[in-house]
Amino acid sequence: MTAVALSGVERIFRTGKGRQVVALEAIDLTVGEGEFVSLIGPSGCGKSTLLRQIADLDSPTSGTVSVFGKTARQARLDHDYGIAFQQAGLLPWRTVAANISLPLQLHGVEKATAAARVEQLLEMVGLSDFAKSFPDQLSGGMQQRVAIARALAEQPKLLLMDEPFGALDEITRERMQSELVRICQESGAAVVFVTHSIPEAVFLSDRVVVMSPRPGRIVGIVSTTPVAGVERGEAYRDDESFFHGVQEVRHLLHSGHATDGPRGEGAR
Amino acid sequence: MPQADGGSESVTTVRRGERGTSNRAHYRAALLGVAGIALAASAWELYKAFGPQAGVTVGQTIVLPRANDGVMPHIWQMFTEFGKPVTAGTGSQTIGGAVLAATWFTLRLAGTGWIVGVIIGFALAMLMTRSRVAEAAALPWVVVSQTVPLIAIAPLLAGWGQYLHVGSWQWGLPQSVMVISAYLAFYPMSIGALKGLTSPDVYQLELMHVYGIGWWRTFLRLRLPAAVPYLLPALRLAATMAVVGAVVGETSVDLQGGVGYLIISFQQTAGLSDAARAWPPIIGAMVDGLIAAGVVALIGVLLRRYRRGENA
Repeated sequence: MTAVALSGVERIFRTGKGRQVVALEAIDLTVGEGEFVSLIGPSGCGKSTLLRQIADLDSPTSGTVSVFGKTARQARLDHDYGIAFQQAGLLPWRTVAANISLPLQLHGVEKATAAARVEQLLEMVGLSDFAKSFPDQLSGGMQQRVAIARALAEQPKLLLMDEPFGALDEITRERMQSELVRICQESGAAVVFVTHSIPEAVFLSDRVVVMSPRPGRIVGIVSTTPVAGVERGEAYRDDESFFHGVQEVRHLLHSGHATDGPRGEGAR
Repeated sequence: MPQADGGSESVTTVRRGERGTSNRAHYRAALLGVAGIALAASAWELYKAFGPQAGVTVGQTIVLPRANDGVMPHIWQMFTEFGKPVTAGTGSQTIGGAVLAATWFTLRLAGTGWIVGVIIGFALAMLMTRSRVAEAAALPWVVVSQTVPLIAIAPLLAGWGQYLHVGSWQWGLPQSVMVISAYLAFYPMSIGALKGLTSPDVYQLELMHVYGIGWWRTFLRLRLPAAVPYLLPALRLAATMAVVGAVVGETSVDLQGGVGYLIISFQQTAGLSDAARAWPPIIGAMVDGLIAAGVVALIGVLLRRYRRGENA
């Protein structure tokens, strides 16, 4: 079964005065179970809008979105996916542990079960010693790890991430990427990951979806699985197949006229 | 404190240090508060000692006030006044006793006005948070309401009240004063609560949407706790406004028994011979204001978990 299937998805924003912005056009994409797919492109190419269709935070003007064979809305209500944004969005009055257990608590999971799950998640993201800390006592990277743990709380088979490392410094960012690879392998979840960093997309993904703006569409998909014998780890960053993937994505970005322009311009 | 695996990310606030720092800060704030009062008192006394006894006038206009005993009593005279009897006759109540009773009387009016104003203000803010249309429709009226002068409302309220009775219960002047008090209190509450309830960022709100928990649970789990840092200053403003409303309300509908009434009547009987007499009821009104602010400060201590963002 596929995790996500989009077909003929189009999203048009009306901006008043009869003007329309085509944010997404003719999007066909499937994400397999346990597959890691990145969406990459310049600002305004609709990659976040695409993610929001899957998350049911927005609805397409036409076309269909299905998540695990259900409508996006049903999948959301069934807690089929976890989500993490660029900002951690933690609740400052809750401890780290209470933030992670928020979805469990809201969905009526039994206290003891939730506590056990939270302990497991804290260990997974390396924050066991900070269970009782409050978000304002953590660095940006640690806050983002809490957000990822919260997204994984209900053991979803799909993880949606919208530039989750966008606000972090380069060093923290690379470490978080390695952590994410490990976490995904442990949880077996499929991931749809929005980014505008080419190395990040290549390092993390099985496939990189390259998008271009005006109108937002897919210009190509690059398979970025490391060659046999190479692990997706720190060594992969120096491997020839990694460089090759980066190069291929970059060429596609440029050939797709994927230059940065005014956000969302594309009136018909 | 133990370090997370992997080095450079560190805890930004060391928890152990917090308590000591905040204790020292409290001590310092109390000290500065006392120093401020002492400074104001000595400025008063210095002017009284060295200022012109007859004041300074240019033409008909008084440029500097007169420093004589008839206008500016000594600070200590204001306080010794509390022990004197209200009237010359034997067995008269002391001024202190009268002021104490009046202070309590006004505090009850202001307290009721505060609670009513806070409930109405909060309900309005909730409504405006719930619907954009309600916000657009109600917010201008909330703002306009405060431009209507109290002097205009007070007699109206007292007039309408005459016709209002349920069974044997009759609307009286105290009810009119409470309404005036609530009228002043609801405004800062509604504005502060609106700002607080709309303070959660888009990520937090979308997360609640993803969890599919609906408006009411989002309100209780996210909007309300997030609003606390905004609600506390709003409550404090509402409390002091309620006291002002009660004091001014008493004088404008001629309700006897509170400090507002005492301020007027003592000023009239004091005359030039006993200027200090006007001050005890004013001090009583100040005490009401301080009690009101103190109650809110106490609420703030109880809700400190929700105020973490304030110092971050």
